[in-house]
Amino acid sequence: MTWTSLNAGAATPEIFLLIAVCAVLLIDLFVSDAKRHVTYLLTLGALAVTACLLVNGLAQPPQLAFSGMFVQDPLAGVAKLAMVLGAALVFIYGRAYAEARGLFRGELFTLSLFSLLGMMVMASAMNFVTLYVGLELQSLAMYALIALNRDNVQSSEASMKYFVLGALASGLLLYGMSMVYGASQSLDVLTIAHNITAGGANRVLSVFGLVFIVVGIGFKLGAVPFHMWMPDVYQGAPTPVAQLIGTSSKVAAFVFILRILAESLQGFAPDWSQMLMLMAVLSLALGNITAIAQSNIKRMFAFSAIAHMGFVLLGIMVGNPYGYGAAFFYSITYLLTSAAGFGLIMLMSRAGFEADRIDDFKGLNQRSPWFAFMMLIVMFSMAGVPVFVGFFAKLAILKAVVSMGLTWLAVYGVLMSLIGGFYYLRVVKVMYFDEAEDTHPIVAGIDARAILSVNCLLLLVLGLMPDRLMYLVTAAITHSIVQM
Amino acid sequence: MLTLTHYLVLSAILFAISVFGIFVNRKNLIVLLMAIELMLLAVNMNFVAFSQFLGNASGQVFVFFILTVAAAESAIGLAILVVLFRNLRSINVEDLGSLKG
Repeated sequence: MTWTSLNAGAATPEIFLLIAVCAVLLIDLFVSDAKRHVTYLLTLGALAVTACLLVNGLAQPPQLAFSGMFVQDPLAGVAKLAMVLGAALVFIYGRAYAEARGLFRGELFTLSLFSLLGMMVMASAMNFVTLYVGLELQSLAMYALIALNRDNVQSSEASMKYFVLGALASGLLLYGMSMVYGASQSLDVLTIAHNITAGGANRVLSVFGLVFIVVGIGFKLGAVPFHMWMPDVYQGAPTPVAQLIGTSSKVAAFVFILRILAESLQGFAPDWSQMLMLMAVLSLALGNITAIAQSNIKRMFAFSAIAHMGFVLLGIMVGNPYGYGAAFFYSITYLLTSAAGFGLIMLMSRAGFEADRIDDFKGLNQRSPWFAFMMLIVMFSMAGVPVFVGFFAKLAILKAVVSMGLTWLAVYGVLMSLIGGFYYLRVVKVMYFDEAEDTHPIVAGIDARAILSVNCLLLLVLGLMPDRLMYLVTAAITHSIVQM
Repeated sequence: MLTLTHYLVLSAILFAISVFGIFVNRKNLIVLLMAIELMLLAVNMNFVAFSQFLGNASGQVFVFFILTVAAAESAIGLAILVVLFRNLRSINVEDLGSLKG
């Protein structure tokens, strides 16, 4: 490991993506509205090349770059691949939706790519400065993306709410970071961890900072009691943007939490473990119970996301590679499930019709048996019905929790998932047993239909064969997080 | 003689004022944006104070990053505010109520 050299090669995917975004931004200026699909194809091409560069980097041993500010390790590599996939699905599913609403403009592509770049920097950050800059790059682009539909009151209101709470979260996070800096005399993740284990950090000051950091993280992840922005943003944002928030940005938040809590503040694991447990318990209860009362499916997804983040927090709370691996598996499979869910909402929508009420799914089986079946897979996977991947994700988390001796917590998680089963099954019931109110044929391009079908079937295939992915994420965790 | 504690207490007071400003303010969104700026400045004061008393320069470098990002953040915040005002004809916090469930 070289500590002092620039070693910029470790950041090749990010550097490429940055150049590609600038190129897309410039080329888009010379493209007429009728030929906007050029921007779309260039964006997908840029994502494909980034993914290839990431796969290429996976095989290399962990290495630090930019004087220890940036790390390229398997954890970051796998997470970034998932994020790039999530972003590509946003563009593919959202294309027809955006075209029908006049959102199919260069801004959608460049801002989403900048947001993705921010997430990638977050995943690879090894210093509080890089963590913060990545987080802000992701958030600032996201604030603008939510308000993309600028003549819509709901959209701009959602954007304002996300902006205020996001800025508050960053402020709290920074205040916590400043306290940890004061206590451990460093901003570098590895040096902080070293100083804490060596006993060189003031405990009171560190734990005081830790509280603020956990609160900031709770806001970003959308865990109770810091979840109030989630339903409004999911409902108000254009559906592709809500998808980006619900998929790639959750994986980025997961790696962000690991970098701060598991790598730099591992010395205070008993303290943050308690806080995360409290947030997880509250998230599981509030997310699952409030989701029952929702009639808007995007709002329901938001509350369901809160409950799913509760599960991710349970995995992180365990505080060993086993728990982190389970939580990582959960995040990645949740990305696939949630992307498919949003994709189906966008598939049902058309110009002037959002398809965001649960009632809009009435009688879907009569209109399109295939996509009703796809929605069934998504709902069953989210509910955690066996053979679908959501079941194995929940099982892995619960096994990790039980191995820590917290059987009551695992039982509680199962009970809350059972409550959650109600509202997922209600969607299935509405699709199969109710009369269709809306008889418009489902129109979508062959590309969106095909990839959506593959995405949904993948939930079933991964449910039948979860070992490969599980092995990959566990190996990524054990090869990346150094001090345990 | 000013010690580190004085700076930390001052920045904690500024931070508390800004958090209070975000949660209690029910009138004007611009006041909210000002509270957010104040919050980041309180953090900056913390970093500079620690940096000075620890004799470690990296805290001051972080402050430059925070200042830059804060400028971009307020630019975006004001842009969203303009969009919101065009749609809602108001920047009153209490008028934000179209999203309920």
